Amino acid sequence: MRRALRRDPLAPRKRRVPEAWRQPLAVAGAVIALAWLVIALAAPFLAPHDPLAQDLPRLAEPGPGHWFGTDQLGRDILSRVMYGARVSIPLTLLLVAMSVLVGGLLGAAAGYFGRWVGETIMRIADLVFAFPTVILAMVVAAALGASLTNAVLAVLVVAWPAYARVTRGLVLGVREREFVLSGRLLGFSPWRSLRVDVLPNVTGPILVLATLDIGTALLLLSGLSFLGLGAKPPSPEWGAMVASGVEVFDSWWVATFPGLAILTVVLAFNFLGDTLRDALDPRTARAIKERAL
Amino acid sequence: MKTTGTRARHPLARFLIRRILIALLLAWGITLVTFVLTNMVPGDPVAANLGQRALGDPAIVAQWKAEHGLDKPLPEQYLLHLQGILQGDLGTSQQSHRPVGDDLAAFVPATLELAGAAILISLVLGVAFGVVAALRRDRLPDHLLRVLSLIGISVPTFWLALLAFYVFFYRLQLTPGSGRIDPGMTAPGPITGLHTLDAALTGQWDVFASAVGHLITPALVLALYTIGLLTRFTRSAVLEVLGQDYVRAARAKGLPGRTVLFRYVLRSALVPIITVAGLAFGSLLSGTVLVEAIFAWPGVGQYAYKSATSLDLPAVMGVGLVVGVVYLIINLIVDVLYGIIDPRVRLQ
Repeated sequence: MRRALRRDPLAPRKRRVPEAWRQPLAVAGAVIALAWLVIALAAPFLAPHDPLAQDLPRLAEPGPGHWFGTDQLGRDILSRVMYGARVSIPLTLLLVAMSVLVGGLLGAAAGYFGRWVGETIMRIADLVFAFPTVILAMVVAAALGASLTNAVLAVLVVAWPAYARVTRGLVLGVREREFVLSGRLLGFSPWRSLRVDVLPNVTGPILVLATLDIGTALLLLSGLSFLGLGAKPPSPEWGAMVASGVEVFDSWWVATFPGLAILTVVLAFNFLGDTLRDALDPRTARAIKERAL
Repeated sequence: MKTTGTRARHPLARFLIRRILIALLLAWGITLVTFVLTNMVPGDPVAANLGQRALGDPAIVAQWKAEHGLDKPLPEQYLLHLQGILQGDLGTSQQSHRPVGDDLAAFVPATLELAGAAILISLVLGVAFGVVAALRRDRLPDHLLRVLSLIGISVPTFWLALLAFYVFFYRLQLTPGSGRIDPGMTAPGPITGLHTLDAALTGQWDVFASAVGHLITPALVLALYTIGLLTRFTRSAVLEVLGQDYVRAARAKGLPGRTVLFRYVLRSALVPIITVAGLAFGSLLSGTVLVEAIFAWPGVGQYAYKSATSLDLPAVMGVGLVVGVVYLIINLIVDVLYGIIDPRVRLQ
């Protein structure tokens, strides 16, 4: 009897696994993303060949010894794809972090200070939104000169306004709350109030947005490299590798495998992001189902 | 009080005027951005356009700069640029030595045909898939469409274009190769500049078939991303409306499901769908740069790429301006549709 009453029989059962992990898509996304992270970290141990060595037969079909085939310079594509993870993944993460930082700070300043500061920042953001992303990024990248660093800067130019808009909206909502006002009455300077009271309350949604954005950022960055405005040869960057496959497109493996690498990384983060959004968006299926019950 | 009266009497007109004024302001901003971007950056157009030998000769460099107005101070260059735009003069391309306006006039219709076909495909398939996913929520079709639409937004467009070209043209020989019509065929008389429409209008059905054949693969490749996007958004928009009391009331009073779906649900869900479609058009214009490169489609995307890599400043500014303004007009149309569909928007 005592044993039976130790738990309240009417209380809802605790779920052993968090809701998000019960979603097969989220699990698949996490596993793929983790696998790529491991590949990126351990590429020197995992890759069967030197990614830059041109010592294999040229344009060999996939087979034993070179499972993804070789390119027109006799380099092993599997090794290049693995080493490519060390180029693309850290750069994409850095790029998103920089967009969050720049856009977040500008958006927070716009929301908190309002007036002409806010107006100026948001009108500049509007202007960036007035251009299709690839076209603007391409113009910036071309003008700065073709290099991977400049491609990152170009994507940053088109990526920050989204964060500025969202952060501004969130800050506007928090700014008038009582705990922020009481901080101001206690004599906090505007910057201190922004840092201590406002920003910690808006970071959650911004991080979700950042997860959703990782895939888009990688697509843009590799797209610029594909156009010849990013990584320079012989760097094993995935977009540039697909571009080199255009010249020999009857050797399908040259472009196919680096493209698959981009697809799987983007897909992994989109699987994760989509589940995250579903869990947080009150308008999606789960919330409606619960309302109906 | 008078303003309140006018607002109450002509809310749509006021809404339209305000939107158009904002659009004009943004259009001016676009000229400023394209100008600043192409001038404030370290790339040197002189080095990009003159050969090594000519670069060593100061006289030739000075003459080239004077020819392209690059010897004047920046604000004066901008005013000249703005004055030119107002007179329909976008400058002369340093690469093709033709007026940028003429170049763009030659390339814009091809891109509009491609992007137009893609947005049409996306709207039809994306909305249909989204509605099916919402109605079959949490069942097999929903899960399947969710995975498919996520794959759609994750595929690198340039890679898919290459793959489609390889499989359908090179291997299976199902589709014609690059370009807009078969080589050897003459393009139909330029009425609209869209080959499919012009061929149909002039009754040249063999040209029409060829133009459609050439259009279908790049348009599908381009559309995949927006199909995924629209499927996801349509699904959540329809789901939100399905949960509303008035939909339940409509069902309760015995209206047939089809009527409820088309008259009640889809009409309300249309507002967010149209917004996303407007945004999707922007991503289509972006995608054209990548798709046109693979299919050798003679459009603005290729022109933009060629002029950006050779630092052809007048051409880059022209492309930025035209594409920016096209995007602006699309967004204006979206805003206006918004106001027409949802009367609450006009009063905000």
